[in-house]
Amino acid sequence: MAEHKIKYDRQLRIWGELGQVALEKASICLLNCGPTGSETLKNLVLGGIGSITVIDGSKVDEGDLGNNFMLDESSIGHPKAKCVCSFLQELNDSVNAKFIEEYPEKLLESNPSFFAQFSLVIATQLMENSVVKLDRICREANIMLIIARSYGLTGLVRISVKEHAVIETKPDHFLDDLRLNNPWPELKSFADTIDLNTPDPVAHKHIPYVIILVRIAEEWEKSHGGTLPSTRDEKKEFKELIKSKMAAIDEDNYKEAIEASFKLFAPRGISSNLQKIISDNRVELDSTSSDFWVMVAALKEFISNEGGGEPPLEGSIPDMTSSTEHYVNLQMIYQAKAEADYQIIESKVRNILKTIGRDTQSISKAAIKSFCRNARKLTVCRYRSIQEEFTAPNSSELQKYLTDEDYSLAVGFYILLRAADRFAANYNSFPGQFDGEMDEDISRLKTTAVSLLNDLGCNGTTLTEDLINEMCRFGAAEIHAVAAFIGGIASQEVIKLITKQFIPMSGTFIFNGIDHKSQLLSL
Amino acid sequence: MASFGGQVSRSRDLDKLLLRPGHLVGPDFDPGTDLREGLKEFVKILVVGAGGLGCELLKDLALSGFRHLEVIDMDRIEVSNLNRQFLFRLQDVGKPKAEVAAQRVMERVSGVNIVPHFCRIEDKEIDFYSDFSIIALGLDSIEARSYINSVACSFLEYEDDDTPKGESIKPMVDGGTEGFKGHARVILPGKTPCFECTIWLFPPQVKFPLCTLAETPRTAAHCIEYAHLIKWDEVHGGKAFDPDEPDHMNWVYSEALKRADLFGIPGVTYQLTQGVVKNIIPAIASTNAIISAACALETLKIASDCSKTLSNYLTYNGAEGLHTKVTEFVRDKDCLVCGPGALVELDMSTTLQKFIELLEEHPKLLLSKASISHKGKNLYMQAPPILEEQTRSNLTQPLFHLIGKKTRDVVHATGTISKNGTKTSSLKKVRIVFTGVDGTAEMDMVSGA
Repeated sequence: MAEHKIKYDRQLRIWGELGQVALEKASICLLNCGPTGSETLKNLVLGGIGSITVIDGSKVDEGDLGNNFMLDESSIGHPKAKCVCSFLQELNDSVNAKFIEEYPEKLLESNPSFFAQFSLVIATQLMENSVVKLDRICREANIMLIIARSYGLTGLVRISVKEHAVIETKPDHFLDDLRLNNPWPELKSFADTIDLNTPDPVAHKHIPYVIILVRIAEEWEKSHGGTLPSTRDEKKEFKELIKSKMAAIDEDNYKEAIEASFKLFAPRGISSNLQKIISDNRVELDSTSSDFWVMVAALKEFISNEGGGEPPLEGSIPDMTSSTEHYVNLQMIYQAKAEADYQIIESKVRNILKTIGRDTQSISKAAIKSFCRNARKLTVCRYRSIQEEFTAPNSSELQKYLTDEDYSLAVGFYILLRAADRFAANYNSFPGQFDGEMDEDISRLKTTAVSLLNDLGCNGTTLTEDLINEMCRFGAAEIHAVAAFIGGIASQEVIKLITKQFIPMSGTFIFNGIDHKSQLLSL
Repeated sequence: MASFGGQVSRSRDLDKLLLRPGHLVGPDFDPGTDLREGLKEFVKILVVGAGGLGCELLKDLALSGFRHLEVIDMDRIEVSNLNRQFLFRLQDVGKPKAEVAAQRVMERVSGVNIVPHFCRIEDKEIDFYSDFSIIALGLDSIEARSYINSVACSFLEYEDDDTPKGESIKPMVDGGTEGFKGHARVILPGKTPCFECTIWLFPPQVKFPLCTLAETPRTAAHCIEYAHLIKWDEVHGGKAFDPDEPDHMNWVYSEALKRADLFGIPGVTYQLTQGVVKNIIPAIASTNAIISAACALETLKIASDCSKTLSNYLTYNGAEGLHTKVTEFVRDKDCLVCGPGALVELDMSTTLQKFIELLEEHPKLLLSKASISHKGKNLYMQAPPILEEQTRSNLTQPLFHLIGKKTRDVVHATGTISKNGTKTSSLKKVRIVFTGVDGTAEMDMVSGA
């Protein structure tokens, strides 16, 4: 297994062993294996996804060799699913790769329960009516769905999942959980043991800024009726106060204290995002509630009782100028508080599990620990069904996009991608698919787009002639570089959904290959 | 999707973009079979780097209508490449990346020719790079980007009014990734900012102060760097540390563990030790695919004008939701790399030797041990010894004679510069003007030169 660790080293540094295990357990179904689908799976197979099932009913022709790297001359005339599957298998023999030679549209009709066996379905180059059907099936079976489409120099990616809760959101920038604005007794008494006026200059410049801030805040509170600085002037004054305590101008710890003073000024309590999560009606539990909501219920109790309005402490501190001894001691104080908070949450979780009739040990200590460590960063993503988006899009958002210059190309492509599917349903070919019918197709596409806009309640809105012309010029071409871009995004989102780490995209991503001003539309 | 009958050719999909007139296209777009055949026959693209981005770029370009590709990379394949560098297999470990990558793509995509170069980018003559229509960069180091950028910009010529000469512009597309994030950019030297104009986009790597490592370690990384930077030399004397030598890495790891135990610091692991010592950047297939695809698409657009181009810097972030952003950076008009060049005024009698010394003192250049070339011809080469010997006699010649008695011209100087205490090789454009010649003489005499 040493080789496994070395092979996946660069990604294990991102999602860790647990993320990797989740990927290796996942089974993915791909619908249509043109370049968009093939490229999506390529990225997942390389990363060691558990199993893939490729579904495509077509045979390989000469044109496919011009845009799909998972085919070669010997593939011509053979089932595309079979050829792509075998080239994908070459990339990683620990992946279980299967294929079914069948058109997805037929499978949707003949065997809808087929999809229930997978963790996630990736639908590529699938037309509107089939996407709606598939989405309904996946939602009923609680299977995650990603839709990916490449079309000339545009395309889209959309996630459809009822609810996706993330504990390990791993944001890049997030305020350290130092509780400087609300220190607990042990932190205060530790701070009091350190002599801020020590005559030893080496000791003075190795007092960690956390201690400096806690102590100066105490001093401030005494002279300000127990309140911390809140106005601009007070904050400025506070920083001056820190400065006045410096023994020399080169004391990095004091400079860090001044820079970090905003952490002290931050309001106490929880963020609006976390408030929303603990107020969600899923906190009303029953025996079918997920582990996530059970833990949220425990968190809610903690915040309003033991936590005194605060979530459990994260328990880690950033590096800061300090003597080793102070730093290690400080680390232990933070860890001890985090451990104590965790103990309380754990017992609440066990109690709750008992109340709702579940095995009290059915959520592991490790899971609860991770939940506590990330309590401030929890995220819940919900996605509208495709049917809802298609029939009742968020009209105020849509109006906003249609009138906002930054969105004009992206929303135009959104409308035209949908219009192209309507067009194909009516005329049995995509606009501009054949050279001889360009002029006629342009006016037909325009009519189709106008009627779609009317259906969406955007009467009177028109799309530019330029964009309609471009869409017809694209003629449903699947350009390899565009497919690789769209496939890359789709696979990245699959990884986030499967590992339950990082925050997946929201809304519909519209790729704009003209000037790369792509947009996310929340419809 | 249903298929509709008719004749199919391999360029079925690309033809839609290349053969049909468009409305949102580049100014010189001339659709037709000539364009398609022109991309095949006359456009030559260099891919720099055959790693995570390079493998993707080769595939993408081979499927974007190009037939003549070359790839340069000095590295050999390692096991830890296999999670993303999809052209390589376990049995390829140890082989040169450029050669295996070129071979795999040619096996798969018939008609494409890829010439591999298994060497350092600095090993090639400057002229090698002038041969390509577009240079696509798939690199992971600032130094290498900076070098290729300086080479591409060295081909740039200016008109007297300081506008760039169109045919001398060597376009570059550049990509970079880290974890779920990346960037893609288009560099048209003289028109859009070059790598050096926006060098501030790459902040210098944070290094720990040695006194922290020696006296007040606090984190696992401090313990590792202590073992790596201080303890290793103390114990091993003159023996150089080699990060690719497993024994060396194990030694650093065990020393770091001992130090961490001594100070009560948690978190030293073998994985972290490797990460800190080798400065490993996490990398995954999907991000490389996204960024390379954007670069390849821009390459196609630059070569064909079949759409507008990215202007000029795309950032992608998939870590928190999905964010893409296009920023239009502006050129640094005084850029020594892509600008009209550093102006050096010389006397007609100034020897090449004296000129090289002047470059060392020139406040804008500070270029030491420079080799000098003029229109691709070596005037003086510091290395290798054989070239040094061949060009040595030029040192005592007046530069004015060496460049064919022209009163103003451009020469290129490759030497070393010191940046934050480390020496890096750098190629600079130097605009020379001779005083004391004909008309210019009087003007400069008046100014007291």
